[in-house]
Amino acid sequence: MANVVLTLGDDISTDHIYPGRYMATVLPAETPQYAFADYPLNKKLNSGQIPPQSIIVAGENFGCGSSREQAVSALKGWELVIIARSFARIFFQNAVNLGLKLVICPTIEAEEGDQLEVTEEEVINHSKSKRFPIIPLPAARKAIIEAGGLIAYTRQRLLEERKITH
Amino acid sequence: MGMTMVEKILSRASDRTQVFPGEVLEPRVDLAMSHENSALVINQFQEIFKGTGLEPKVWDPSRIAIIFDHRVPAESAKTATNQKKIRQFVRQQGIQKFHDIRGDEGGICHQVLAESGYVLPGYVVVGTDSHTTTHGAFGAFAFGIGATEMASVWTLGRVLNVEVPATIKVNLRGKIPPFVGAKDVILALIGKISAQGANFKVLEFHGDTIQRLPTSGRMTLCNMAIEAGATSGIVPPDEETWRYLHTECGLTELNRDLFPDPDATYAEVVELDVSTLTPMVAFPHTVDNVKSVEEAYGIAVDQIMIGSCTNGRLDDIEIAAKILRGKKIARTVRLLVFPASYRIYHQALEKGYIKELLEAGAVVMNPGCGPCLGVHEGVLGDGEVGLSTTNRNFKGRMGNPNAEVYLCSPAVAAASALSGVITDPRQIGLPLIESNPEGD
Repeated sequence: MANVVLTLGDDISTDHIYPGRYMATVLPAETPQYAFADYPLNKKLNSGQIPPQSIIVAGENFGCGSSREQAVSALKGWELVIIARSFARIFFQNAVNLGLKLVICPTIEAEEGDQLEVTEEEVINHSKSKRFPIIPLPAARKAIIEAGGLIAYTRQRLLEERKITH
Repeated sequence: MGMTMVEKILSRASDRTQVFPGEVLEPRVDLAMSHENSALVINQFQEIFKGTGLEPKVWDPSRIAIIFDHRVPAESAKTATNQKKIRQFVRQQGIQKFHDIRGDEGGICHQVLAESGYVLPGYVVVGTDSHTTTHGAFGAFAFGIGATEMASVWTLGRVLNVEVPATIKVNLRGKIPPFVGAKDVILALIGKISAQGANFKVLEFHGDTIQRLPTSGRMTLCNMAIEAGATSGIVPPDEETWRYLHTECGLTELNRDLFPDPDATYAEVVELDVSTLTPMVAFPHTVDNVKSVEEAYGIAVDQIMIGSCTNGRLDDIEIAAKILRGKKIARTVRLLVFPASYRIYHQALEKGYIKELLEAGAVVMNPGCGPCLGVHEGVLGDGEVGLSTTNRNFKGRMGNPNAEVYLCSPAVAAASALSGVITDPRQIGLPLIESNPEGD
């Protein structure tokens, strides 16, 4: 069970999540300070008011726009969970690769302060006493998540390939 | 069973005879492009090799392209240090397709890739830039990926998690009217299908409009396919593709056998008649908030930008120069022009366009992304309004969440520079182009 700390509408872009002017900051450990840099959530994050596993609820097409991975590493750094009606493709894939927890929940309804629980099949909004089904990730994406992210998965594949060729 | 363009390309790159939408494949990569974010790719690439006992070595240095464009010349010590680190890596790994900040071969990554002949029909192209979709103009399956995914490609030469996208067939019919261009076509299409209308899908362009459209315009269409959420845009290669690759890139040996099957399965077919299209404007703060220029008429603007991977090519600069020739831009606006590459800059110089733009009051900037992503070279002030030929108008995009950005074609941008308000180029431009000296 965790709190909804922010609700957002449709088409939230990566410029909104991580403005372009901070893109010279690339190392995943250095990016979280700029998450939602132009919005009030940024101050709350940087002053330690948002506990890990806190939830952002968004509408359709969350993460549209740029391929900048900082938009994912910045949210991952705070261990936030993103529940959206749908996600943009590159953001979605980056999240799988870096291990940011995303939940696709096409009918989700929630307000800031609501208490949500995420299970394998659904999101339960305890504050509203409502349940919303989720769309599970395809198996091929789960393989990356289970390996601990794309870096670990690629390392595993690299070692397998070298064994075969030598 | 028939296959679409992208299904055919993915079949070849995955050693399969048939693929279906939704399948997950690991296709071989023909070209892997990145820009300043190579600094992050390098970091992730080195992470992959940690603890393996293997020396970090890219899979094929001839298939990696690195182009500096997002922050050129460096706007901060941090960027300069990132660029230095990337140069060292390029030398150490022997990466061949490297374009530094140079006046002979530099420019925006997508333009440099195209004019260098790095992208061929049938290629799988990945780039750590969402506008990698641009290269669909050459019949390649080209899409944006994140930096960690690129590190994985550098290691293995494959993309590990590609879901075969369904394809939407877009039939463009009719002759594009004067002062209307490819930018207006793609804005109209995005307005019609929405910013998520093609999410996880490919836009495959067909129709008589496409057959007549030069490569420059095809690049504009495919470039903004991402703004409808598309994984990629793609144009089946034809005589124009071969003309471009031959005359611009000097390529002579080309495989000409790549078309979608007539019985290919499409998720959807979208028809668009462009013969009555007007110039279009995307209003703040989403790209699909598209209206006819007539509805935008009179909106005062502070800064106008002509350039970017969407609209910084020679024909874009040409139409702007023709509209501005012998005139002065309004005292209330700043006009910034960024040729998309130095090749284009040189061509525009030779044709006299640069001089005409300067004399009209424009500032001609160095090829690169400029203020498109809000880093430098023309960030907007609080409450200011920007009009731009770029591809995104999200809140804060041009470096300031308290500013607004409208998107348009180069013709609308140039016409608006004369008046200081958003203006329909058909109202002021026609007499000029028809060489009426009393025009306007």
